[in-house]
Amino acid sequence: MKPSSQPSSRVTRWALGLAAGAVLAAGAALAQAPLKVGFVYVSPVGDAGWTYQHDQGRKEMEKALSGKVETKFVENVPEGADAERVIRELASSGNKLIFTTSFGYMNPTIKVAAQFPNSVFEHATGYKTAKNVGIYNARFYEGRYLCGVIAGKMTKSNVAGYVAAFPIPEVVQGINAFTQGMRSVNPKAELKVIWTNSWYDPGREREAANTLISQGADVVTHHTDSTAVVQAAEEKGKYAFGYHSDMSKYGAHAHLTATTHQWGAYYTKIAQEVIAGNWKPASVWGGLKDGMIKLAPLNSAVPKDVATLVAAKEKDIVAGKLHPFQGPVKDNSGKERVAAGKTMSDDEMQKMDFYVEGVQGSLPKK
Amino acid sequence: MMDTLIPILVAAVAAGTPMVFAALGELVTEKSGVLNLGVEGMMLMGAVTGFAVASQTGNPWVGTLAGMVAGAAMALIFAVLTLNLMANQVASGLALTLFGVGLSAFLGKPYESVSLTVAPPPAIPLLAEIPVLGPLLFKYHVLVYVSWALFAVIAWFLYRSRAGLVLRSIGESPESAHAIGYPVIRIRYLATLFGGAMAGLGGAYLSEFYAPLWVEGMTAGRGWIALALVVFATWRPARVMIGAYLFGGVTIAQFFAQGAGIAIASQFLSSLPYLATIVVLVFISRNLATIRLNAPVSLAKSYRPD
Repeated sequence: MKPSSQPSSRVTRWALGLAAGAVLAAGAALAQAPLKVGFVYVSPVGDAGWTYQHDQGRKEMEKALSGKVETKFVENVPEGADAERVIRELASSGNKLIFTTSFGYMNPTIKVAAQFPNSVFEHATGYKTAKNVGIYNARFYEGRYLCGVIAGKMTKSNVAGYVAAFPIPEVVQGINAFTQGMRSVNPKAELKVIWTNSWYDPGREREAANTLISQGADVVTHHTDSTAVVQAAEEKGKYAFGYHSDMSKYGAHAHLTATTHQWGAYYTKIAQEVIAGNWKPASVWGGLKDGMIKLAPLNSAVPKDVATLVAAKEKDIVAGKLHPFQGPVKDNSGKERVAAGKTMSDDEMQKMDFYVEGVQGSLPKK
Repeated sequence: MMDTLIPILVAAVAAGTPMVFAALGELVTEKSGVLNLGVEGMMLMGAVTGFAVASQTGNPWVGTLAGMVAGAAMALIFAVLTLNLMANQVASGLALTLFGVGLSAFLGKPYESVSLTVAPPPAIPLLAEIPVLGPLLFKYHVLVYVSWALFAVIAWFLYRSRAGLVLRSIGESPESAHAIGYPVIRIRYLATLFGGAMAGLGGAYLSEFYAPLWVEGMTAGRGWIALALVVFATWRPARVMIGAYLFGGVTIAQFFAQGAGIAIASQFLSSLPYLATIVVLVFISRNLATIRLNAPVSLAKSYRPD
């Protein structure tokens, strides 16, 4: 709009007044403008899985802070150069809070964050923080432990199966916690592990699950991204646990429960802090206690006494009375890893590179 | 022993079936003298179309049919390029694969991470109860039996029927066949479309019944393996079947080795099916006489009937 050079006539003065009013109103609106929040997802949202749970968290935040936030997400962003471009694009288009939800986004996040000091970045599952970068992750292994307890009670063959993607500490934590839980109620039970060397390859995941089942496993679970393992168990009439999301719709009979990720409360809290201006970079590793993970509703096939036991164990974990890796913990070659009376530290857990007693085979070396 | 062997064999058949479809189709195409290297692309298009249609309509069989049509449509592009426009078959086939990989990834975006719920294969009553033979023969998905029927029909067609003889003669010497009055181009069209539909069927089986999920590039080289199988089988249908099941068998056996706790790097085991198939392939096709007897002489050569 070109400014009027001659504000002499009455009409012009009136128009000017209106314009000033509009500017004031715009200013007020600016003050209350919703916080723009961007999300970067590694895979499509789909209807179950890692990214789906993050998107559920985004929706919960939007609902909790309705009117105060405006969210946007970019899905299926490969880890690497593309990620940096997407994160920068989100930052430069005015998103003041950006969640990057995959491990491989760590370096791009740090890099872009340095160029946008006035934006806040939150990176999931990484280990690098900065002045405006916080990190967050969940103690998935606590849920694995509880699933293990159910598996130990439900197995008839005393063999459980685990389809795993890559031998990194996070996956190994899950395998070991599951085994610890299982053997806490059934010391005879053992776990077989098959590595697929891929996060998402439904064909291989299903083949691996079928193999485990034909080798005697009657309870299977997975640390990969698809629902193939639950579906395979349903077909073969065996039991399974979901991961990431409640996968009960893929196995009405097979699905006993699932370790589900709950990001909504955390996302809401972070957004509130950013709006209030009191956000500080932190490294958050939350578990059952913080509501970052939750067990999906138990299948009716789980007997009442088992359900009660699981609830009690969950309570103990929340209260800090029970830790999946409290000593004595031996590895599967018989070496003592945690002495009696001690518990494994977070640091040790994040470097876990051995199978606990009860897991068959040996851990592939990277 | 039987307890381990039977599950491996059963799983091997299920894992080998996508290659059975694709390789048998390619065999017929090549027998007419057309080399279509676009199998991987056609399989992917069959897989994504089959999955998308099945998840939209809720009917896996409509999806399967759509997958076959998609595979045939891809083959049609190839046929127009090579049979009418005389484009180089090797280059066109490679381009078709690249095109199929990209297009299927694009079309499949909305279906990634979506799951199909498919009823488990119904076991054939009574027969499935027979020890050993029951699980080994009578507990597969319907499409596995379809693949066996197709194998029988193709073997009969190629070597026992007049039409098959015409097809083979066109693969040997299109000039002579043309001189006798056979429609070389039309028959090559039909053979190419058939190969495409079979590749599409293999892809649809993979995404709709075997996985059953769609993911970008999910055929993971199975189309290339199917192509190699045709050569390794020296263009003989029975050997194609053996080769496909061998590939499936090694794929499954490596999982069994892991589950049994055998200490071999899982990364190495993952590459074993490809390795084993190539080794066997080289070993069998050493015999030059067999190859000369069975390879279509005019394979990959363009022919203009004038």
